[in-house]
Order: sequence, then C-alpha cells, then structure tokens
Amino acid sequence: MQAAEKLVFKTPDVIIDRPTHYCPGCQHGTAHRIVGEVIDELGLADKTIAVASIGCSVFLYNYLNVDAVEAPHGRAPAVATGVKRARPDRTVFTYQGDGDLASIGMAEIMHAANRGERITVIFVNNTVYGMTGGQMAPTTMIGQATTTCPGGRCAEREGLPIKMAEIIGMLGGVVFCERVAVNSVKNIARAKKAVRKAFECQEQGLGFSFVEFLATCPTNWKMSPVDANKRIADELIPYFPLGTIVDRTGGGEDK
Amino acid sequence: MAPERVFIKGNEAIAQGALDAGCRCFFGYPITPQNDIPEFLSKALPEAGGEFVQAESEVAAANMLLGAAATGVRCMTSSSSPGMSLKQEAISYMAGSELPAVVVNMNRGGPGLGDIGPAQGDYYQSTRGGGHGDYRLLVLAPATCQEAYDLVIEAFALAFRYRNPVLILGDAILGQMKEPIARRESVTYDDASGGWHLDGNAGRDKRLIKSLFLDEGALAGQNRHLMAKYAAMRAETRWEAFQTEDAELVVCAYGSIGRIAKSTVRKLRARGLKVGLLRPITLYPFPDAPLLALAGQGKRFLTIEHNCGQMVDDVRLAIRTKADSDFFGVMPGELPNPDDLEGPILKSLEG
Amino acid sequence: MSRIEVREDRCKGCLLCATVCPVEIIAQSERFNAQGYKVIEVRDMDSCTGCASCARMCPDMCITVYKTAKAPKE
Repeated sequence: MQAAEKLVFKTPDVIIDRPTHYCPGCQHGTAHRIVGEVIDELGLADKTIAVASIGCSVFLYNYLNVDAVEAPHGRAPAVATGVKRARPDRTVFTYQGDGDLASIGMAEIMHAANRGERITVIFVNNTVYGMTGGQMAPTTMIGQATTTCPGGRCAEREGLPIKMAEIIGMLGGVVFCERVAVNSVKNIARAKKAVRKAFECQEQGLGFSFVEFLATCPTNWKMSPVDANKRIADELIPYFPLGTIVDRTGGGEDK
Repeated sequence: MAPERVFIKGNEAIAQGALDAGCRCFFGYPITPQNDIPEFLSKALPEAGGEFVQAESEVAAANMLLGAAATGVRCMTSSSSPGMSLKQEAISYMAGSELPAVVVNMNRGGPGLGDIGPAQGDYYQSTRGGGHGDYRLLVLAPATCQEAYDLVIEAFALAFRYRNPVLILGDAILGQMKEPIARRESVTYDDASGGWHLDGNAGRDKRLIKSLFLDEGALAGQNRHLMAKYAAMRAETRWEAFQTEDAELVVCAYGSIGRIAKSTVRKLRARGLKVGLLRPITLYPFPDAPLLALAGQGKRFLTIEHNCGQMVDDVRLAIRTKADSDFFGVMPGELPNPDDLEGPILKSLEG
Repeated sequence: MSRIEVREDRCKGCLLCATVCPVEIIAQSERFNAQGYKVIEVRDMDSCTGCASCARMCPDMCITVYKTAKAPKE
C-alpha cells in the first residue's frame, strides 16, 4: 500500500497569489514570505496594519493581504507610532530598506525604538538603494562600487557601513532585536524564529521589536543570484554578525 | 447644560476646541508661539482617554498624524512657521492619500528663524498647498479666541466631510490673547463609518491608503478626483462683511489683522468715513464671489496683511475683471495697532 | 515518493533552490516562461526527499512540497 502524501510546504495564506515585481534572486520575496508565515501562524492576518516604506518594498501591500498605509521615505516608524497609538489593539509593523531606515529615517527609527512603541520593524539591509538604481546606502560595504561611489565606498570619505541592529539594541524601549540572513536553509529557519518572536513581543505588549535581514540585491550588486547569495556569507555576515542582540522578552536581563 | 464660559488664551482655546471635538490623538513638538497647545493637551488628552506624543521633530509629528488619521480617529498636530515647513512632507502625502486631520499653524515672523512674534508670512504656504504636488487644504483663519475654538470644532467635521487635512492659521497675537469663550458640550464622534479607514481586514477585503499611482492614467485620475473635491469645497467659503454695503473703500484683511482693521474701520465710521471690511474666514476656498460683487458696485479695495503682500494676489485675482486692490503691509517683526492702519486706509479712500 | 511542484510561470530562474537541494536534482531547464526567464526543472524526482529546502530558499514562492513517508522495508 502506498503511504499517504502530505503537503509540507506551501505559500502562506496571507500572501496574495501574484508574481512579485522583484528581480531574480532578490530576497525581499523570502523576507515577505517569512513575515507572511508568522502572521498566519500567529493568526494575526485580520488585525494587522502594515506600514510600507519607500524603495523596492513599497509594493509590500500588493503581496500581503492585510490593511496597509504607505509612509513617506524613512517615516514608517513615525506613521506606525500614529497607527498604534490610535489602534493599540491592532498588530502594526513596518517593512523598511536600508536607505529608508538607516539614512533618511534615522531619527524616526531611533525615537520609535527608544519610546518602546509596541510595533515590529522588519529592516531589510541589502547594502544599496535598489529602486532608484543602485546608489550608495549607509550600509554599503567598504570597497563596494555603487552608482554614487563608482570607485568603491571609502571609509575616509563616506564613513563605515552602519550597524543598525547594534545601534537599535542600545536603546531603552527595545525588547527584542536580532540580525538574521536568508542565505541558507538554516538561516531562514532562524530568521523565521526571530520574526515570530518579534511579533509575539508586540502581541504581549512588551515593547519595540526589530529584526534586521541581510539580503541580496543581485541586480545592483551586478552579480548572479547565486554569487550574490554567496556574498552574504563571505562579506556581509563577517561585518554584520548574525544573532540576537537584545532579548528582554523573558522580562530578565539582556541576552 | 448651559455652555460653560472660560477665560483662556487663543492657543488654549484651540486645544480645548480639539478636545471638545473628540480629538483622540495629538502629536506635537515644541516651538514658540504655539507651545500652550501641546502643553495643554499633554495633560488634558490622556485624562480624556486619548494619546499625546511629543515627537522627535515636526517631521515625525506630522507623519504620526498621517498614521493616526489612517485609522479614522480624530487627530491633530500644531506648530509655528519653521515647524510648518517641516510638516509639509506629510501634509502633501495626507492630501494625496486623502486623510482627514487638523493642522494648526500659529504663524510667527519669517523667513528662516525670523522671530517669535506675530506675522502672516505663511499665507502662500497655507493656501497654495505648501508641499509638493497639486493639492489644497481647507484653511480657516480665526480672529478671536471664540472663533478659534469654534473653527477647530468645525475643522474636524470638514476634514472628515472632505477626507482632507484642514489647516487652522492663527498667529502669535491670537495664540497669546486671553478672552472669555463659551464652550460647547463635548461630543464623541464616530467618523470611521466611511468604509475607508484601517483597522484590520476582519470580515472584509483589505484596504490600502496610499499616494503612489504608477499605473497608466492612475495619477491623472487621482488628480482629477482631487480637483473635483477642491471645487466642491467652495461650498465651505466663509467671510465676515462689516459695513461694506455703503462703503466706498473695502479693506480686506484676515485673522488678527482683520480684527485690528475692524477697530480702525469702526473708528473711521464714527468720523463719517465710508469704509468697510471684508474678512476672509476661509483663506482656501477664498471668498472670491463676495469680493467680486463688491467690485461690481464700483468700490475701491485695500488689502492689509502682516507680511509683504501675499493675500493681495488672491484679492486681485478675485476682482480682476472690475477693479484692483491697494496694499499695505505691516512688516513681520513689527507689531501693528489700529492707529497704524488709519493712514493707509485714509490714503486709499482718497484714491 | 516525495515531490515538488514548480509554478513555472512564477520562476525567475535564479537557481537559489538548486544551491540548497541536498540530492542535487534541481537544475536549469532549456525552457523559457512567459516572463522570459529560463525556468528550473527537476531531473530525478524519485530522489526527492521532501525536505522543502528548495521551497524555503525560493524568493518567488513558486515551489510546493509534498512528502511521502518511506514505506517500511519488508
């Protein structure tokens, strides 16, 4: 007798069935799916309000079947503050890239974190401005060539890449902060665990939660998707180490 | 219950009006001369079960307003001129996203850091949109504490009627002046029945609030829709006409200057001079029709502002087919009094 | 026998799935989809273990995985 076949992996229900506009190998899709899996598993789909930011991921709202509002560039944490203060019973998260969050939106992210707003921030760091065509971002690696640092980023001229998860982890209102990657099956599993914890942290009303994703931008890195993915392990993770930076969800000391 | 009378500053009247209009969220940032508004609400709003946030900047405060407005609650922010420049980003997005909220500007002297005294230099910014793109705000310009209180209550209703930000444009005179006002009974409003606000998609399709329109023809469609809405707002045009019927000269002035000009007009009337006042209460939509009607009767016009000449453009546009307007500007940085206006009015009256 | 289903119309041919397949049965095909991407194919479905690594790695959510428990050896 043949054993029964079991469905072991499918797209989360909250993800809208449509092709994404992302380039081949772009890991926004992976991050979207992980957020979607967590929203499904925690049963939050019908009480979530997403705050979309500016950049390639502005179209997050085309892919997630939840209420959403579009924030000006960098302002998603302020918009999310307004949403959450007005509707504290709803689940509110922002999804922001590195140009949006770590450059123009630095004040908004720092203060939302410091106030301990009961929101979750998903930060996708791909070391470049994607949608505008590959300009230097605050997270661009030293030596990485972009359209606005064609000779490669230079520490003397442009400073060092900003380590957002570490900075956010220092702020008072932060209950959970972790950096993850989606470059391997193992890291994807860890990323999902972190996103789940971040949303749980909000559901329990504990405070601000932050997950930084290291992700690829093969197009603007001018690499094949496979080589771009390899760069995550070879170049990005050594500079942007993975792991939990703050976990006060147990109410105890920092991890 | 008989209406309660309280003796308060214009800034406090605005804050009290917001509270009595059922405002649930206020997002502020310190800047003179509007500080009494966030100070008042930082205590009163939480006591009334609402939320007060002192933001990290005017940029953030205005974007918090955008977020709260998206959920359909009554919300407000306030600032003064330099801070208003910083709020323009979010105001443009809110206009583009059709979000209702009340924004208060207690105008101070400019440009740049200017001073902390009264001025009307933000007329252009207030009535031309102020931020990027083609959009308009409903702009209400109170001249007294009572009118400030009443217009804030009105502003919330207008914001939801048109799903558009409404601007209250005052100045440092109005904000710091103390007068008795009659309060209305505080009412709880349910504006969230319009079927557009965000509260999670339980039992319905998801909703999206945005100002990005990339599809072929979509942005043109949105702009046409907004223009039709702004045209419909003309129904809200308000003004005060004081002794204009038999006037030979009509003085046009708004806000605190409108009030000061009224004193001068009253004084000159006592001397038998045929002068009147038209005080726009809505600066957008602008009271074109009553001005044009007065121009049609052969009257002359003098626009008086606490700036170097901004509203005078709108007066001239309104009456351009029949007449022109003189202009007298009180410099930002100088305090006007009724006697200062007498000379310019007499000069225009003589023609 | 476990298996995967690939929505070829969604595949962008990035091949990230192929890099994580423990039994190395995923490869680029010679077929193009309507978007113009050269899609993946499974060379030896019988070897699929149903581990779902490919699906987890896929940024475009185009892989569904069905697992069948191995029949106990008689």
